[in-house]
Amino acid sequence: MGILVNLLGVLLIAFIIWWFWLYKKQSEATIEGSSIDIIVDSGIYEPSVIHAKQGQEITLRFIRKDSNPCSEKVLFNDLDMSADLPIGKPHNLTFTPDKKGEFEFACQMGMYRGKLIVE
Amino acid sequence: MNTTTEKYQRLYVSDISCASCVNTIEAAIGALPGVDDVEVNFAERTVNVSGDVTEDVLIKTITKSGYTACSLQDNSEDTNKENQELAHYKELLKKTIVAGVISLVIVAVTMLDLLPDLTTFKGQFSWGVVSLLSLFVLTYGGGRFFTGALKSFKNHNANMDTLVALGTGVAWLYSTFVVIFPGSVSEIARHVYFDTATLIIAFINLGSALEMRARGKTSEAIKRLIGLQPKTARVLREGHEVDIPIEQLVMDDVVRVRPGEKIPVDGELTEGASHVDESMLSGEPIPVSKKIGDKVVGGSVNKSGSFLFRATHIGKDTALSQIINMVRKAQNTKPEIGRLADKVSSIFVPTVMIIAVLTMNAWFNFGPDPKLTYILVTTVAVLIIACPCALGLATPISVMVGVGKAAEYGVLIRKGDALQKAGQLTTVVLDKTGTITEGKPVVTALETSEGSSEEELLRIAAGVEVNSEHPLAEAVVEASKEKGLELSSIESFEAISGHGVRALYEQKEVLLGNTKLMEDKGVKLGSLQSRSQELSKLGQTVIFVSLDGKPLGLLGISDPIKTDSKDAIKRLQDSGIKVVMLTGDNRATAGTVANLVGVDDFIAQVLPQDKANEITKLQERGEKVAMVGDGINDAPALAGADVGFAIGTGTDVAIESADITLMRGSLNGVADAVAISKATLKNIKENLIGAFGYNTLAIPIAAGILYPFTGILLSPIIAGAAMALSSVTVVTNANRLRWFKP
Repeated sequence: MGILVNLLGVLLIAFIIWWFWLYKKQSEATIEGSSIDIIVDSGIYEPSVIHAKQGQEITLRFIRKDSNPCSEKVLFNDLDMSADLPIGKPHNLTFTPDKKGEFEFACQMGMYRGKLIVE
Repeated sequence: MNTTTEKYQRLYVSDISCASCVNTIEAAIGALPGVDDVEVNFAERTVNVSGDVTEDVLIKTITKSGYTACSLQDNSEDTNKENQELAHYKELLKKTIVAGVISLVIVAVTMLDLLPDLTTFKGQFSWGVVSLLSLFVLTYGGGRFFTGALKSFKNHNANMDTLVALGTGVAWLYSTFVVIFPGSVSEIARHVYFDTATLIIAFINLGSALEMRARGKTSEAIKRLIGLQPKTARVLREGHEVDIPIEQLVMDDVVRVRPGEKIPVDGELTEGASHVDESMLSGEPIPVSKKIGDKVVGGSVNKSGSFLFRATHIGKDTALSQIINMVRKAQNTKPEIGRLADKVSSIFVPTVMIIAVLTMNAWFNFGPDPKLTYILVTTVAVLIIACPCALGLATPISVMVGVGKAAEYGVLIRKGDALQKAGQLTTVVLDKTGTITEGKPVVTALETSEGSSEEELLRIAAGVEVNSEHPLAEAVVEASKEKGLELSSIESFEAISGHGVRALYEQKEVLLGNTKLMEDKGVKLGSLQSRSQELSKLGQTVIFVSLDGKPLGLLGISDPIKTDSKDAIKRLQDSGIKVVMLTGDNRATAGTVANLVGVDDFIAQVLPQDKANEITKLQERGEKVAMVGDGINDAPALAGADVGFAIGTGTDVAIESADITLMRGSLNGVADAVAISKATLKNIKENLIGAFGYNTLAIPIAAGILYPFTGILLSPIIAGAAMALSSVTVVTNANRLRWFKP
């Protein structure tokens, strides 16, 4: 019994590490055309990983459904951009990514997290 | 990124009168390239457009269709946001009350042992009802945690919701299991935790409500700025003065402002004169005198006279709108100091979950009996007490308040990083002209030779100088204008490079220039010479004037030092910062000014293009350097400094090269910015230490680390209260900054 419970503990930890850190297949999307809808609800951006092409203007259309104040802002720290998201009304963020790389975006507290991958 | 634009625009079309107007406008705009969506609101008479199209093109298109459109400042969004926030706040309070009341009932029946024993059917039934009641609290008061947790989980993400859902969910599931199968746990472990689960939900809702309240206050500065914008304007239309909503005001409208009223938009005064209080925008406490041709700024208050002005900037283009935009943007940026907390919070929740599993196993292996009870209490406490919110909020919430506070003092901070750096400066470099001094030379001394009058001296000098474009010449002409003198008519103006000018007045030779010129032409200066030396020592530039080989007198010209420069420099020095003056002037003049204002050091004879090099030299010595200049001539130096301050003249906010823009001309703005930055940085540190400290202490205590030594275990209910309070504390601490006075 003792071994079983301890083994269960180890497995649980392994699962947490794998599920939250190692397993990387988040909801991904490539921008078709020039704009993409990102739903902000219940603690996540959906899709949370967005692929874009360098030098091509894109519009990230944030649609906030969550009234929790956490979801109020979206910050792209590395890109020097931010936006205040109104509830229930799309907010467009239009820009041209001019350098390649992975750029994280998150809410003010870093709980909502997403990534823009510029290729 | 090369362009960042928000592609959602609102325009006001005053003459939408029928449904067909709506169709016409929608069709015209919809046909434009780049437009994603267009919607005409007949009731509001607004056109809402999303897509990649400029406002100009939209206005032109609507005009072509036969309507008049103007840009609309989007304040409705803010009102909307406030309403939504209020609704959310009320919702949270309602949930708190419902969850709180039911929890208290459950706590009472549990503590007072009012229900029959679980081993009886009656007991099982009554506790089953309690279980259902708790389930109601969990779904009504805490449903969002469960849906959020589930969604995040599916997305391989974990957040606050995950912890709360796990903590309360485990407590409820275990308790319900005990109710259904009381025989499966030993008698001493036969305990239920419905009160814990429900009280935690009540506490967290209360915490969220309080936090929301406190958060609302952090954006007070922005609300105050938005509040400066009047709702109506009194414009001249077809010869009559009519009051119209501000949204209907168009460019070039002539607007009437009466004493005590707010100026609605930016413009140029066309009739009348007054004094205007711009303090709410620039922090400049003394009302500014305005006459015809002067610029007036929307949001400032007309103090004395009634006047008319022509609107030159409306809607999003007004200085006030730009300030609001800039402050908003800056409030959303994070300084370097917050990056560690960001990194930690990104791995925080899974880490806490791992700690919870370790806690579970530790109590299973080493804990006393009844093991199940201890495991449950500690694991739930660990999950509930951990607060990633406090950590994540620590930096941004202080930045929000700090940046807003600075704006109140006419200091516009572009980015959070600038705020941090301004708090860590060791040297401030001040450009002389226009920064320490007014930047406008004036005649400050007049000395005449025997037999000539001041009037004659100034009249002739100004007559000559009116032909010159030198800044000193302007001062001479301005001085004669002030005295109402008529300029002497001068002929054959000729510049003598580096020395002065030569001209003819009534066929006699006039010379204007320095000592060298007078000596070369054989003019005997006599007592004027010693007076000239005295004036030079005071930092004034001296010009001699002679007529027909005889001296008429001299003029002393200087660029007056701003009245508060000395005090501001002292304030900077008192906060431990070295102040250096940078100027193109010669050493003697520079030395005099440096002495007068009391800077620690000065660098003279610096060519404009070399200013940036001087900054680099200081940085190479390990100094953290700020450069303060006008933002136009000093752009490279401002950009090269650790923090570039552009000292504005009122409301020119679009100074791109600067990290911080001072809206009033006073150097006190620099001292204010430094003081506010230091206070904000201190506040951030307090928050970070508090949040890190709280989590590193609270989690082990919740796990029961004190138990082997003291026998103390933390109740999960206390954990819930502590967690709810921790983020409220962080926000409240940030709010303390609102009362800071630099």
